[in-house]
Amino acid sequence: MISEQISRLGMIIRTNVLSLGYATRMFFAILARSGSIFKRFHLVRDQVFFLGNYSFVIIAVSGLFVGFVLGLQGYYTLNRYGSEQALGLLVALSLTRELGPVVTALLFAGRAGTSLTAEIGLMKAGEQLSAMEMMAVDPLSRVLAPRLWGGIIAMPILAAIFSAVGILGGYLVGVQLIGVDSGAFWSQMQGGVDVIKDIGNGVMKSVVFGVAVTFIALYQGFESKPTPEGVSLATTRTVVISSLTVLALDFLLTAVMFST
Amino acid sequence: MESTPNNIIASLKQVEFCYAPGERMILSGLDMEFHQGKVTAVMGGSGCGKTTILRLLGGQVLATSGQVKFDDQDISKLDHQGLISARRKMGMLFQFGALFTDISVFENVAFPLREHTDLDEEMIRDLVMMKLNAVGLRNARDLMPSQISGGMARRVAFARTVALDPPLIMYDEPFAGLDPIALGVTAHLIKYMNSALGATSILVTHDVPETFGIADYVYFIADGKIAAKGTPEALKASTDPFVQQFIHAQPNGPVPFHYPGPDIGLDFGLDTPKETLNKKGSTV
Repeated sequence: MISEQISRLGMIIRTNVLSLGYATRMFFAILARSGSIFKRFHLVRDQVFFLGNYSFVIIAVSGLFVGFVLGLQGYYTLNRYGSEQALGLLVALSLTRELGPVVTALLFAGRAGTSLTAEIGLMKAGEQLSAMEMMAVDPLSRVLAPRLWGGIIAMPILAAIFSAVGILGGYLVGVQLIGVDSGAFWSQMQGGVDVIKDIGNGVMKSVVFGVAVTFIALYQGFESKPTPEGVSLATTRTVVISSLTVLALDFLLTAVMFST
Repeated sequence: MESTPNNIIASLKQVEFCYAPGERMILSGLDMEFHQGKVTAVMGGSGCGKTTILRLLGGQVLATSGQVKFDDQDISKLDHQGLISARRKMGMLFQFGALFTDISVFENVAFPLREHTDLDEEMIRDLVMMKLNAVGLRNARDLMPSQISGGMARRVAFARTVALDPPLIMYDEPFAGLDPIALGVTAHLIKYMNSALGATSILVTHDVPETFGIADYVYFIADGKIAAKGTPEALKASTDPFVQQFIHAQPNGPVPFHYPGPDIGLDFGLDTPKETLNKKGSTV
């Protein structure tokens, strides 16, 4: 009984380690075969449009509402200490360091990640990837690499849009609605936000999230069972694994970037 | 294109294949030869390993043991680039066409040309139009795959398969699910393309009348082994019970109707001697 459970545990660990090893190999194989796509950059450009442009509305609207809430909650807390003048700084730092990259990555996983997984999974189920292989065209370099780079490029741009719209939302609520001084709102922000340490690290975070979320989505689609249930399960796994990975990576990156 | 002195373009020698160690053998001890310029059919029931033979030849799966040769090269010993070079000399028509659903009929046929040649746009257009004209779909060039029927999709895939005039063309169930007209058109195209391009064709199918009409040589596969082989005429005259069951579509014979398992008496609580019921489906 106990030996059965131990062997089952061993099997689970072995399967997961194997999957991790396989995914790592695939990741580096995609990177190694990415050279050709930069000769045909339109493949990447199309993916930036597909992943980025179609995610624009959800990112912008979410950013606006997150900015509204930050304005309200920030004012409520700062007002207790008579520091409501620092509302602009609080909103900007919260968005550029944390909420911009993290919430964008979570939304990106739900909007673009699922569509990537379903697209690749259905291409596999419809034998399109096999057909490509038999036409001597490598699916890793022709299909997966442009999508990976498209996601890596799109994510920081979307995070920047999220943060910018969020700051606008904080301004609308804090300055226009509640009446915080406009000059203080912007000048505190200008004086307190460091381009490299705050914005630069935020951009770095969103690049890392872009790699993680896009690759997880592609891997799940590529490894999905070529059946309706297989694609459906893979899509669900994309959202769950991407979200948890983003949150875990965020903790690690925050610890490394902002520890001093 | 090289070939061995007796014009064998591809061959399988003592090939065994299973998907994972310890799993059921899909193919065992298979010996096959595909001669240049000929249409060779591989026939057998569903799940007997026919498509696996095409995947072995295309290097999409590797033989567990034995040798798979194409163009005088052992497929299993080729590296990534070698495999890509070998596949450029092959074309494969998939069962349901496997068209790229996000691009038009024209772009589907143009895909291999754009990937593998540096031809200018005008030349690509002319070549695509010639291929589409050959399959009768020149005027459907601007349609999307979702706007055409299954038979038309198969013909577009056909045009895409032969876009680079490959010396070896493999067909995976080209007749499955087609209406009688589309069936006749597809059979005609296979024969016509084979002679027009001077290619070699390997046809994996279980459609007897159409295949016997166009094939030069036929292999019958059952349980991962060759059950019979010969020209269509020789096989029609064969007294082999498997061949007879297959070409006359008989429900009883060497291939059982019922999936193997416990005796029917056990399931229905009958006191029936095991020998009288359901051994190889003989009660149907």
